[in-house]
Amino acid sequence: MPTFLDFEKPIAEIEGKIEELRHRGEKGEAGSAEEMVRLQQRADKLLRQTYAKLTAWQKTLVARHPDRPHFTDYVRALIRDFVPLSGDRTFANDLAILGGIGRFRGRAVMIVGHEKGADTASRLRHNFAMARPEGYRKVQRLMAMADHFRLPVVTLVDTPGAYPGVDAEARGQAQAIARCIETCLDIRVPLVAAVIGEGGSGGAIALAAANHIVMLEYAVYSVISPEGCASILWRAANQAQAAAEALKLTAADLRELGVIDAIVGEPVGGAHRGPQETIAAIGDHIEKTLADLAKLDGDSLRAGRRRKFLDMGKKALA
Amino acid sequence: MSWLTNFVRPKLQALVRRNDVPDNLWDKCPQCQQMIFHRELEANLRVCPQCNHHLRLACKQRLELLFDDGKYERLDLPKSEIDPLKFRDTKRYVDRLKEYQTKTGEADAVRVAFGTMGGEPVVAAVFDFEFMGGSMGSAVGDGLIAAADLAVKRTAALIVVPASGGARMQEGILSLMQMPRTIIAVDAVKEAGLPYLVLLTDPTTGGVSASFAMLGDVALAEPGAIIGFAGSRVIEETIREKLPEGFQRAEYLLEHGMIDLVVQRRDIRDTLIRVIGLLRRPVLPDADTALAASDDSGNRI
Repeated sequence: MPTFLDFEKPIAEIEGKIEELRHRGEKGEAGSAEEMVRLQQRADKLLRQTYAKLTAWQKTLVARHPDRPHFTDYVRALIRDFVPLSGDRTFANDLAILGGIGRFRGRAVMIVGHEKGADTASRLRHNFAMARPEGYRKVQRLMAMADHFRLPVVTLVDTPGAYPGVDAEARGQAQAIARCIETCLDIRVPLVAAVIGEGGSGGAIALAAANHIVMLEYAVYSVISPEGCASILWRAANQAQAAAEALKLTAADLRELGVIDAIVGEPVGGAHRGPQETIAAIGDHIEKTLADLAKLDGDSLRAGRRRKFLDMGKKALA
Repeated sequence: MSWLTNFVRPKLQALVRRNDVPDNLWDKCPQCQQMIFHRELEANLRVCPQCNHHLRLACKQRLELLFDDGKYERLDLPKSEIDPLKFRDTKRYVDRLKEYQTKTGEADAVRVAFGTMGGEPVVAAVFDFEFMGGSMGSAVGDGLIAAADLAVKRTAALIVVPASGGARMQEGILSLMQMPRTIIAVDAVKEAGLPYLVLLTDPTTGGVSASFAMLGDVALAEPGAIIGFAGSRVIEETIREKLPEGFQRAEYLLEHGMIDLVVQRRDIRDTLIRVIGLLRRPVLPDADTALAASDDSGNRI
């Protein structure tokens, strides 16, 4: 049984009825097949209608959906000969961010991304994709290695934000993020970032100062969570819906603002209702982008990335 | 009810009183609660003579304190587009901006100035905490880019003095984009072989600390300044524990290897001059060498 979001309740009810009918059918009770088809059509229609006009807050909830495909799912589906690389060589191996080398549709790449985990145990192990300084320092190390061996870098962004903890501060969370962004901006190989779920503030930009930034249709990317923004600016956490609207954090808004380059569509009902087709679609987009970027030399890649960010915001003004 | 209680004082009196009676004859130290004679506090560079608490310094005072003879040239900053998101919380962002612009007489939260320090050319970018908590939006990003450009053009050192809570939420994602933008700016100064120095003041947190502020060739901080990424309240809510004594203070960062020096306000100018002199003039002409040998005032550690 999938996890339903609050605004999907009417759909959940219908799907519950279908499930019940299927159960009865299995026990040999007659007359349920037609009813099931009818209900399924109703559920599909309702899902389409609901997802056709999701609010910014609802998209935030979809972006955080527990069944949404995560880094590990993408690597499993897209990368062959994957070799995981661990640790910052200084302090620890932060499992909130994973990475490694592997072959992506024929091309050797460095792939790095946040991992949220799929069940309680793995969520705890990956600290809900909230990285500590050693996580960002691992990213710096892997990016420098990719630069050295001229491997393109692909990052998958999916984090609520950097971990707010005493240990993280003591080891220089701010410095680690700053250096990580600096490394993104410095390397002379193609860097493509895909926001596949939540793009949470500094923890996200640390991996996303890229040549090309693509977002999934229902992913969000923001300077602060709607809840955090509401509690600071409205002084009321229950204003998260209003804050989500005001922050312009959806893929469509960010494309409009010129902050991202492309949007990859999701199946009706979100990526978790068609994980393989979503992953393949992102794969296609990254493949095409890497082929384009491969035509540029190292200096142009670096200079182009810097120019892109210096010019950012100017499009919103034009 | 007596007519006396209903009597409304003429508004004029409030205006006259403000001019007649200096209401800031005494200041209270927010740290030790000691009452300090206003002029004494100013003469002491707004450092409490009692407990050494460093009170916030206005941009103008800061710039005067840094530059030779307190003289500098302000750089007119390019006009940045405001309110790209048409942001509105309990108030419209454009209205909020106007209020601060009226209050401070400045366009946004950063001031850029050019001058000399110990005779060496220096560009300084100083944050104004009074302007929306020194928060960093497009205008601040543009200001830092302009400062870095000027430093490269004039082969000057760049000194940035942040005092900021972090990114300006009202500019949403575009405030987050100031992190890479400002990093590109200060890296241009470094690539030109010019010193990029940071003086961290209270507070330096969030998106400001996690970008240009933590990338100085040399990082100085004022005593007691709060410096960190996450806010202490957020951390307390996350870990549900009391935070350690002195957490995220300048001295804590020094101890954890995140900054080079904690410097008393009265020593900041001399320290920066010494650093710039050493980095920019590695070999002194003979005449100066003799002079330097006779001056051992800089040998304190």
